[in-house]
Amino acid sequence: MTRNTDTGDDSGDAVADGGVAEGGQRSGFSPIAALNERFGSDFVESSQFWLPPFLLVGLFVYGAIIWNLLISLTDFRGFGTPDYGDLDLQMYSRALADSGFIDAAINTFILLVGFTLVTLALGLGLAILIDRNIRFENTFRTIYLLPMSLSFVVTAQFWAWMFNFNNGVINIVITSLGLGRVDWIGNPDIVLWAVMFALMWQFAGYAMVVFLAGLRAIPNEHYEAAKVDGASTVRMYWRVIIPQLKGSTISASVVLMVFALKAFDFLYSLVGGYRPPNGADILATKMVREAYANLNWAYASAVAITLFLMTLGIVGPYLYYQYNRGNL
Amino acid sequence: MSNDARTDGGTVTEADPGASAGLLAGIDGYRVLLYLGLLGMLTFFLIPIESGLVTSFKNPSGVSGSLPFAPPTGGTFTFEKWRAAFDALGRGLINSALYAIPATVISALLGSFAAYGITQSDWKQKYKAPVLALFVAGIFIPYQAVLVPLSQFWSMVPLQEWLGFLWALGINNDYAGVVELVVTHVAYGLPICTVLFRSYYKNMSEEMIEAARLDGASIRRIYRRIVLPLSGPMFAVVLIYQFTQIWNDLLFTLVLVQTESSAAAPIVLILAGLGTSLEGQDFALRMAGAFIAALPTLAVYIAFGEEFAEGVAT
Repeated sequence: MTRNTDTGDDSGDAVADGGVAEGGQRSGFSPIAALNERFGSDFVESSQFWLPPFLLVGLFVYGAIIWNLLISLTDFRGFGTPDYGDLDLQMYSRALADSGFIDAAINTFILLVGFTLVTLALGLGLAILIDRNIRFENTFRTIYLLPMSLSFVVTAQFWAWMFNFNNGVINIVITSLGLGRVDWIGNPDIVLWAVMFALMWQFAGYAMVVFLAGLRAIPNEHYEAAKVDGASTVRMYWRVIIPQLKGSTISASVVLMVFALKAFDFLYSLVGGYRPPNGADILATKMVREAYANLNWAYASAVAITLFLMTLGIVGPYLYYQYNRGNL
Repeated sequence: MSNDARTDGGTVTEADPGASAGLLAGIDGYRVLLYLGLLGMLTFFLIPIESGLVTSFKNPSGVSGSLPFAPPTGGTFTFEKWRAAFDALGRGLINSALYAIPATVISALLGSFAAYGITQSDWKQKYKAPVLALFVAGIFIPYQAVLVPLSQFWSMVPLQEWLGFLWALGINNDYAGVVELVVTHVAYGLPICTVLFRSYYKNMSEEMIEAARLDGASIRRIYRRIVLPLSGPMFAVVLIYQFTQIWNDLLFTLVLVQTESSAAAPIVLILAGLGTSLEGQDFALRMAGAFIAALPTLAVYIAFGEEFAEGVAT
C-alpha cells in the first residue's frame, strides 16, 4: 500500500497537530492506520458501532431534506416521477401569492408563540407547587405528566368531546357561570386558541418536569438567604429563583416549539381528515394536505422547506448555545 | 434533602410530619391554599380523561341527556360502544404492535451502539463534534420536511418483491407497510436514542473501561462485557420513551399505510377516522376507541412513570 503518499502526508499533519498520542501506529502505511492517525486511535475500530446508525440518520434525515429541497424546485405534481431537469423557485413564489399559505404561516407563528408561553407559565406554576415540600408528590407529578404519554390521536378525541357545542364540559361550565355557549371548534376566530388550550393541557406536565429539575438544582442556601432578607414567597421566586431557571426555560421552550410545529397529528384527528377546522390550518397540516390529498408534491415540498427553515431558526441558535456551554 | 427551607412559615406542619390524621392535621391557611391549588390542577388534568371514560359507557340518550362528566346511570349504561370500538380497532392493536415493538428495540440498540462508538472511544473531539451535532439536530427535524422524499423512496424500493416469500405464505401484501414503518421509525428515532444514551455513557465510570483497555480488550468486547450490562437503566428509559413515541405517532402511518381499510392499518390510523360520519359524531364510540388505543402506552406509563419522566426531561 505504498501508493498512499497523500494519506501519509495527511497523517503527518495530524501528528504535527499534536492530536495523536501513539505515533507507533504508523508502521505499515495501511489505510486503516492512516485513518486512525488522522482521526484518532479508535476511529476505525469504533466505526462499526457508530457508522451504521450515522449513515441511516444521514440518509433518512439529511439526505431526505436535500432531496426535498430538490423536489421543491421542480414542478412535480400528480402521479409519476419528478423532472429534475427544470429547476426554479416557482413553487416559492406561488406560496407567497397563496393566501392560504400566508394564513397558515401566521397561524403557525401564533400557535408557536402562544402555546409555548402559556405552557411554560403553567408548567412553572406546577413545578413550584410540587416543589413546596408537599405530600403525595409522586402522585401529583404522575397525574400532571399523564397526558404527555397519550397519543395526539387520543387527546384529540377527548378534546373534541370537551369542546362539543351542546354537551361538552367546557360549555357546560361556561353556561353554569351564566355565559352563553361558544362554538369552540366551528368559529374560525376561536378555534386556534381552543387548540392551544388543549395542547397546553397535554404538554404542561413536560414543562413541569423540566422546571422541577431546574428548581431542584438550585442550592437551598438561595432560598434561605432570601428568607433571611425577609423576602415574601412571591418575591423570593420572582427575584431569586426564577432568574436561575434560564437554562430550563430555554430547553423547555425549544422542545415545546418543536411540538407546536408538529401539531399535525392533533389537528388531523380532531376532524378525522386532511382539512383542519377553518381558522386552524397551520403549515404542518397544509403541507400534508397539499401532498397527500391534492398531490401537489413540489408545492408541498416548498411548504415543508419553509417549515424546516422555521425550525432551524429556533433550533440552530439553541444548538449553538448548548455547544458553547459544552453540553453537546 | 432538607426541603424545610422551602416552606415559609409552615412550621406547624413541619413539626408534625407524621400526623396520622392526614392532610388536615395542623395545617395553616397557606397549606390549605397550596393543596387546593394542587387539587384544582389535578381536576384540570383528569377531567378530559374522566369525562371520556364515563361517556364511553353511555348509550346515545345518556350521551346527549346527561352531564358529560357524570357517570352513566342504570338505564344509560352500556358496554356496546366498547365492543364496537374493539371490533373496529382490534386488528389495529396487533398491527401497531407488529411495528412498534421491533422498531423500539432496534432503535434503542442502534442508539446505544452509536452513543458508545462516539463517547467511549478515542478519536478526536474535533471530528466527533460534527457527527454528534448531526445526531442532536436530527431530534428536532419536523417530519414534514422529509415526507415527500420518504414516499418517493419507499415507492422506489422493490419491497413487494423482496418480501415475496411472505406473501407466498398467505400474508396480505399490505404488510409491506409494517416493514416500511419499522425502518422509518428506527431511522427517525435514532437521534433521540443516541443522545439519551450519550448523556448516560458520558457519566459512566471510566476506570473499568480503562482497565479493560490496558488488558488489550477490543472495543467490541468492552461493549459486550462492560458497557451493555451497565446500560440496563438507560435501556429502560429509552425503550419506554421510544415505544410511546412510535405507538402514538400518526403521521408516518398516514403516509406509509395510507388508508384505514388496509389490512396492516395501525390503531392510530383507524382511531383517527372512528365515529365520524356525515350523520354526526358518535362520541361514546370515539371515547371507547381512544381508551383502547391508549391502553398500551397508559399501562407502560403507570408501570414506569419514573423512566418516562426521565426520558422526556432529557
